[in-house]
Formats: sequence, structure tokens, C-alpha cells
Amino acid sequence: MAQVARAEEIPVRVETDVVLVRQAVRTWAVQQGFTLVDQTKIVTAASEIARNTVIYGRGGVARLEAIVEGARKGLRLIFEDHGPGIADVEMALRDGFTSGSGLGMGLGGARRLVNEFAIDSKPGVGTKVTLTRWK
Amino acid sequence: MERIPILRMGKYLLVTIQVDMHDRLAMQLQEDLTTRIAKDQARGVLIDISALDIVDSFIGRMLADIAGMSRVLDAQTVVVGMQPAVAITLVELGLSLQGVRTALDVERGMRLLEQSLGDATFAGRADEDDGPGGES
Amino acid sequence: MATRLPEILRKNQQALLTEWMAEQKSSLSRKLIKDAELEEQCAAFLRGLERGVSGEDVHNLDAQHWSQAKEVLTAVSRARGQAGYSPSETALFVFSFKKPLFARIGREVPQDEQAAETWTATTVLDRLGLFTTEMFQRSREELINRQQQDMLELSTPVVKLWDGVLALPMIGTLDSARTQVVMETLLQRIVETGSAVAILDITGVPTVDTLVAQHLLKTIAAARLMGADCIISGIRPQIAQTIVHLGVDLGTVTTKATLADAFALALQRTGQTVTRIAHAKKKKKHEDAEKDGKDRD
Repeated sequence: MAQVARAEEIPVRVETDVVLVRQAVRTWAVQQGFTLVDQTKIVTAASEIARNTVIYGRGGVARLEAIVEGARKGLRLIFEDHGPGIADVEMALRDGFTSGSGLGMGLGGARRLVNEFAIDSKPGVGTKVTLTRWK
Repeated sequence: MERIPILRMGKYLLVTIQVDMHDRLAMQLQEDLTTRIAKDQARGVLIDISALDIVDSFIGRMLADIAGMSRVLDAQTVVVGMQPAVAITLVELGLSLQGVRTALDVERGMRLLEQSLGDATFAGRADEDDGPGGES
Repeated sequence: MATRLPEILRKNQQALLTEWMAEQKSSLSRKLIKDAELEEQCAAFLRGLERGVSGEDVHNLDAQHWSQAKEVLTAVSRARGQAGYSPSETALFVFSFKKPLFARIGREVPQDEQAAETWTATTVLDRLGLFTTEMFQRSREELINRQQQDMLELSTPVVKLWDGVLALPMIGTLDSARTQVVMETLLQRIVETGSAVAILDITGVPTVDTLVAQHLLKTIAAARLMGADCIISGIRPQIAQTIVHLGVDLGTVTTKATLADAFALALQRTGQTVTRIAHAKKKKKHEDAEKDGKDRD
């Protein structure tokens, strides 16, 4: 089981917060010793989910956790909101942006950029997305 | 609100993105560019993203949209200087940026624009996937 | 309950050794180690085995009295792995001892104790056999890790063929990790050298699977986004078949049969050309002039 060495919470309410999240995740990724490519991947994934939290989740919170499991270090990001929730998660995970419709919530893309991806969403309750990337 | 400056160089417009853009800033850029292309009757747009260490799906779509809009206004768009880590991530994300022409740097980008204005086909780049189709 | 095994081993050392060696030679399909070496290994193991079964807790391999036998087995596993034996062939080292040992048990142990002794013998040998497999795996993993490190370090060199043209000669089988390193190195060099064309030469690649093909395509897509084009050269007929069978879509990627062809195309794409030097031209002119009887110079 992974242990949390350090954690921080950042509000994700308005779209300028998305930039703040990117910067925070970048800093943490550097601290965890990620390669440049891995940093870029986790920051980009965070950007996608943070945007969702603002636009579709009507604002929420991002929790950054520096995690350790045995010899390996990683970064876990938990985005949580109490918005309308996603009715059909399966469909949301399918790539929407290639259709150019402006829908396509970047979920599928974000999933490809991280090692572990979990989404828990209930209509009327909210959404929680967990991203994990190991060094 | 801050805006990203757009420089004019003859019949081209040059944009250098150096800040981590939030969505609204990106949308503003898109709007400003479209306005300027029409106003200056620009024939080409060069977007320098060599300072960007993140390009997510929103920014990616913005670039594709700018290319589309300028094409409609009879201008070519070239995006230059994408960083390797960014390119790798975009590919992993699944964004192909179809319709966006790219070049290694500003100099090459300019050359590309000049070539494209010279004649209808691209000299030596006939098998590029966003080549001749971008002209119409 | 004490076992008679230590006694059996001690009394019949030589005979057991001989029978065991014969057993091994007949069960191993290939001979990859010398007889003298085999004998040494067997003798050492027998000593360790005797020590092990003499101990208090015969079935506990973690007990101190088993460490000698385990040491021998570790060495044997490693040696056999390096010699090219498979894990099964290595485990046979232990399992092939069952026949001679059971035969002895049948001869020297009272009828009513035979079942129990055989059971002890078989469980002990089973555990030891599995131990060799574990050791074999482990030394294999160590070897692979070391080799991987070496390979990644040697890496795939990115070569500058000409102004603006890079070449990436790929040799050997490509795996996920290596292809990833290659991708990142190539893209980095593209930026550093300002090269708009990269030739990926896979003449030296025997096979390509879907995963590797995908990685290559991703590399090419990333290079495109940066403003560089890739040309794949040296695709062997077998690989061409694999690509089609796997349904890999090369899309708009240009392919050329040889590196030379790819280079010619790369020059063209970067607006360069190769011309014969003036000296030869002048010589030809002179020859033509002489033929015509007029001095054109």
C-alpha cells in the first residue's frame, strides 16, 4: 500500500486555478524526481482533469500527494467536486475531442498519460478522479 | 486583461506564446488573431510555442482552430518550436493536430510560409498529410 | 521423527553419486557441461544434502543446516543458466536424484518405514528443486537487467548524415523500453541539430510487433509535430508482411527500401543536392572538344 509522504490541497474553482494546478503539479513532479517527459505527462493530465472540475464539476478541490511504495516514488492527484456527476462514464472515457464537437472531456487522454487512473462519479452527487504516476 | 501580443512582419503575423495560458487568454488570442488577419490582410500566421512546456487538449484545439480560421481567411498558419516532451505527450493524448503545419523554428517556419504563398503545392513536401489539402 | 536419510546418504555416497550422474546424463538432452564439473557439483550437493537432512527441522529450508545445500544449488543454477540450460533442465539436477535415492530406500529401509522415508525424501527434494528454479529466475533477471542497462547506454546512436538530416540505424530487436529511449533521444537531437528530416533505418531489425510498430509511429507523429519529417528505410520483406498482417497503418509515412534511397529523398526535401565536381566536368568538355576538332575552352 502506498504511503503519503506529503499532501497539499488546492482549490479548483475558476479557470485561472487550472494554471495554478499545473504549476503546483510541475513543482511536485520535479521534487519527486520525474523525468521531463513524465513531468509533462502528469502536468498535462492534471490540466485536463482540473479543467473538467471547473467547467463540468462547477468547481472543486485538487489534492496533491507525494507517495511512496517500497522503493518507488510517485505522485497522486485527486480531483473532487460536488457537481452534477457523469451519467455515462464509459462514454466520457472515449475520446471526444477527435470529433471536434467541443465535448470530449479529456478523460480518455488523461488516462493514457498516467500509470493508474480511477474515476468515481454519481449523477447528482459529484465526481472524483484519481491520477497516479510513478517515477 | 492581459493579451498575448501579435507582431506584424510584412504580410505575416507573428505570435510568441511565453506564458502558461489559461483558457480565456487562449480564446482571446484566437479572437485577436482572427481580427488581425482580416484587418491586416495577412497571408500567414507564425505561432512560436518554443517556450511552452505544456500543451493540453484545450491549447491543442486552439491551435487547430486558429489554423482552420486563418485558412478560411486565406492565410496559412505554421506552428513552430514544439518541445520534444510536449510533442510526445500530445501524441500520447491522441491529438494529431491535423491541418496544422509545423516547423522546427521561426526561420524555417517563415520559409514554409513563403513557399506556400509562392505556389499552390509545397515544394518537396508533397506527401505531408496536411499539405495541399490546406490550400483550399 | 528422525529420518534414516543421513545414514543412507553416508553409507552409499559413491554408489548414489554414480547412479545419479548416469541418471542425469540420460535425462538431459544436451550436454553443455563437462563430466568433471558435473561430478563436482553432484558431490558438493550430496554433502549439503546430508547436512540438511541431519538437521532438526528437515523440512524447513530456511534453517541453518540447509544453507550449504542451498549455496551449492545457487551456484549450480547460475552456472547452468549461463551454460544455456533451461530452468527445467536445471531443476532436473535435483529431481533426477529421486530415482537412485528411492531405490536405495527400497533396499535399505524396513518395509513399514519405506513410505514415510520416501515421502520425506520426495518433499525435501521437491523443495530443493523448486529452489533451483527460483535461483535460476533470479540470476536470469539480474543478467537481463545488466544487459538492458548496457543496451540502453550504448543506445541507438543518432547520426547526423548531412545538414539537416539525421539517421537512426536501429539494430536488433526493439522492445518497449528501448524504443521509448530511442524516441526521446531522436527528438532531442532533432532540436539540437535543427534537422528537419530523420531517417529511421530498420535494416538491422529482425522482427517488429504491434507494440513496437506503435511506438515507431508515435515517434514519427511527435517528430512531425515538432516540424521534422521521418522516413523509414530498410524494411525487410518479413517486416513488410508483419506490418500488413498486424494491420498497422503507416498512413503518410514515407518508406524507402534502402538507406541510400532515403538519404537521396532527405536531401531533396531539405533543398540540397549532390553535383559532380567541376574537374570531371572540365575533363569531359575537353574530351568532347577534341572529338569535334574544335577548342571549346
